[in-house]
Amino acid sequence: MNIIKYRYLYFVISLVFLIPGIFSLLRYGLKPAIDFVGGSLIEVRLPENQSLNYGQVAELVDSDFGLNAVQQSGSGQFMIKAKEIDENQKNNLIAQLQSQYGEVEVLRFESVGPSISRELLSKTLTAVGLVSIIIAIYVWRQFKDIKFGVTAVLAMFHDSLILLGSFSLLGHFYGVEVDILFVTAMLTTLSFSVHDTIVVYDRIRELKRKYPRVEFENLANTAVLETLSRSINNSVTIIVMLSALVLLGGNTIRWFSTALLIGAITGTYSSSFTAVPLLVEWNKRFK
Amino acid sequence: MIMILFLMSCWIALPEKLPLKFNLFGTPIDITLSSPVLDLYILGKPVHKQFDFKQGLDIQGGMQIVLQADMSQIPEVDRADALESVREVILRRVDLYGISEPVVQASSNNGQYRLMVELAGVTDPTQALSLIGQTAQLDFKLISPISAENKAQTEEAATNQNGATESAQQNSVELIDTGLSGASLKRAQPTLNPQTNEPEVSLQFNEEGAKLFGDITTQHEGEMLGIFLDQSLLMAPSIKQPILTGQAVITGQFTLEEVKQLSIQLNAGALPVPIQVLEQRTIGASLGNESVQLSIRAGLIGIGLVVLFMIMVYGMRGILASWALLMYAVFTVAIYKILGVTLTLPGIAGLILSIGMAVDANILIFERMKEEQRAGKPWGIAMELGFGRAWDSIKDANVTTILTALILINPLNFSFLNTSGLVRGFGITLLIGVVLGLLTGVVITRTLVRLFLREKGIGFRLNKNRINKDQ
Repeated sequence: MNIIKYRYLYFVISLVFLIPGIFSLLRYGLKPAIDFVGGSLIEVRLPENQSLNYGQVAELVDSDFGLNAVQQSGSGQFMIKAKEIDENQKNNLIAQLQSQYGEVEVLRFESVGPSISRELLSKTLTAVGLVSIIIAIYVWRQFKDIKFGVTAVLAMFHDSLILLGSFSLLGHFYGVEVDILFVTAMLTTLSFSVHDTIVVYDRIRELKRKYPRVEFENLANTAVLETLSRSINNSVTIIVMLSALVLLGGNTIRWFSTALLIGAITGTYSSSFTAVPLLVEWNKRFK
Repeated sequence: MIMILFLMSCWIALPEKLPLKFNLFGTPIDITLSSPVLDLYILGKPVHKQFDFKQGLDIQGGMQIVLQADMSQIPEVDRADALESVREVILRRVDLYGISEPVVQASSNNGQYRLMVELAGVTDPTQALSLIGQTAQLDFKLISPISAENKAQTEEAATNQNGATESAQQNSVELIDTGLSGASLKRAQPTLNPQTNEPEVSLQFNEEGAKLFGDITTQHEGEMLGIFLDQSLLMAPSIKQPILTGQAVITGQFTLEEVKQLSIQLNAGALPVPIQVLEQRTIGASLGNESVQLSIRAGLIGIGLVVLFMIMVYGMRGILASWALLMYAVFTVAIYKILGVTLTLPGIAGLILSIGMAVDANILIFERMKEEQRAGKPWGIAMELGFGRAWDSIKDANVTTILTALILINPLNFSFLNTSGLVRGFGITLLIGVVLGLLTGVVITRTLVRLFLREKGIGFRLNKNRINKDQ
């Protein structure tokens, strides 16, 4: 079976997933959480199937409050998002809610000032940059060939773009926000992606030593074939664990797990079907 | 050897109270299904270290506050000391408030002075916040004993109520305001007495304070001048002689440590720093609990499915790998307890993820073994080759994950990287997970495969012999 022969097909498949994401990123961008832009969030639980919407909350607060959105976050649970407010403003709102709805439980209250969020943003970008650079250098050194390093990093960017794109779409359609945990998931995705790529590249290197005369494309193909079942089996276990978390793991880390899941899937795909085809293509064109 | 380690880890990993639930076969595992409950009380270890999970704020509920200290009124050289004093005062207040293990961290960076306060299990955030937000109040008050008849009366009154001794002691002295406060104090410093070389606290008053202090010390020579921080007594030195220069020292049988501590507390009054809340996160305990329950259930279901998958694909070896996975899970939990890893929700996600990844090493090895067998190598050689050759890629592949985890943890506290507890929590569990995954995947599975699969049937007896030998 020749998998590598159909490499243009894989590029097309990648594009099919990449383009809507990139479009959405350019058009709608990401929805940053208060971690990055400042603001506040109150999550409350109302008694007995009562519900809360934007209009109802807006009536209770003044313009100082800067009410942003009201979302349902679970059964009887609602998130109220606003400008950065202080303890008093929060207590006022809760008191008013209680007079209307009865026993209102405050599940969490977060308020982040703009200076903190700006710092976090820059720290986060630093971390992403650092991880990418370290990984690139590591792969480079490990395989002593610029081709391997660059293609591994390209596959890594491919995965990050898909992840960012998906969250841009999720943000646009479901109001999913990008918070610090998303970034954590993205960094983990970077390492996942390279993890799998290294396993395939390792095999290519081994085969190259064993059969120095065989054409590179064939070697790459054999390497992909030989590692494919391992790659799939391994991903199945990770995907099973993450899916369990996404479906059953509760709200707080649902989107975090989702980000990890998307990262794991695209990371697996990109190793065999993006990194290796790119490597073969490079090898062919610039010999 | 591995078995002994495993049993020890099991012991540590056991919860303090373990309700065992029995389920009949066939029924899906349902947590609400109550069955006979057997309680076992097991202390982690005879050494009086108890292996408890430390729970993060997002799990047990609590408050995290980032405060900004306004240093505009404080001279540049004193700012670091002033920040330390604010930290001390906040720590003192939350301690008095009765919060267990409060965390108060100070950090300064680019002219920004900050404090991060973590209070676990706070039920009334508004009160906690107002407690922390106050600027420290330092007062000097004369302490004079109450005259005899007054004392008798108050003592009688006190014994009528409960808690007699304490209130009696408090009532037997009278506090007289002196008008001298933290505002009159310029600075407190730990110093060494030039003659005796003993540690002491030196106080420096400002002009106004020096005058007031001079008056007080002249009029009340021999009496005790109590120093109060936030209305509670820090110390009560007695006035030995009139001090008119505004330079005083407090001597006593202090250790250097005590002197430092006292200076910090005094400076809280001398260098009053208004603080402002930059960020606040309060999480109710119920949210965390629910999420933990859900995550753990999800994790267990996930493990079950992974085990099923491994057995379906790899048969007998799959069973061994699952056994290794179980040991892995137990080791991990034991290590969390030994190292005192703080469990957060992302941390639990990290754990669950790393369990999924731990299988990876096994899969790499088994696939490699299959290949070697296909290439016509006999079973024993195929096995050893499988382990040996797979190791290279396992090692290379995991290095990147380890590096990423390290960046997330930021162990050296680089200020350009994050220090968020949640991110660290995930990084730490991921790191422990990957490293342990390598160990169990390679060392334990190999041992198990060697023991059980080479000589079928007598594997179990062989195993027992080995344990005896090890002991």
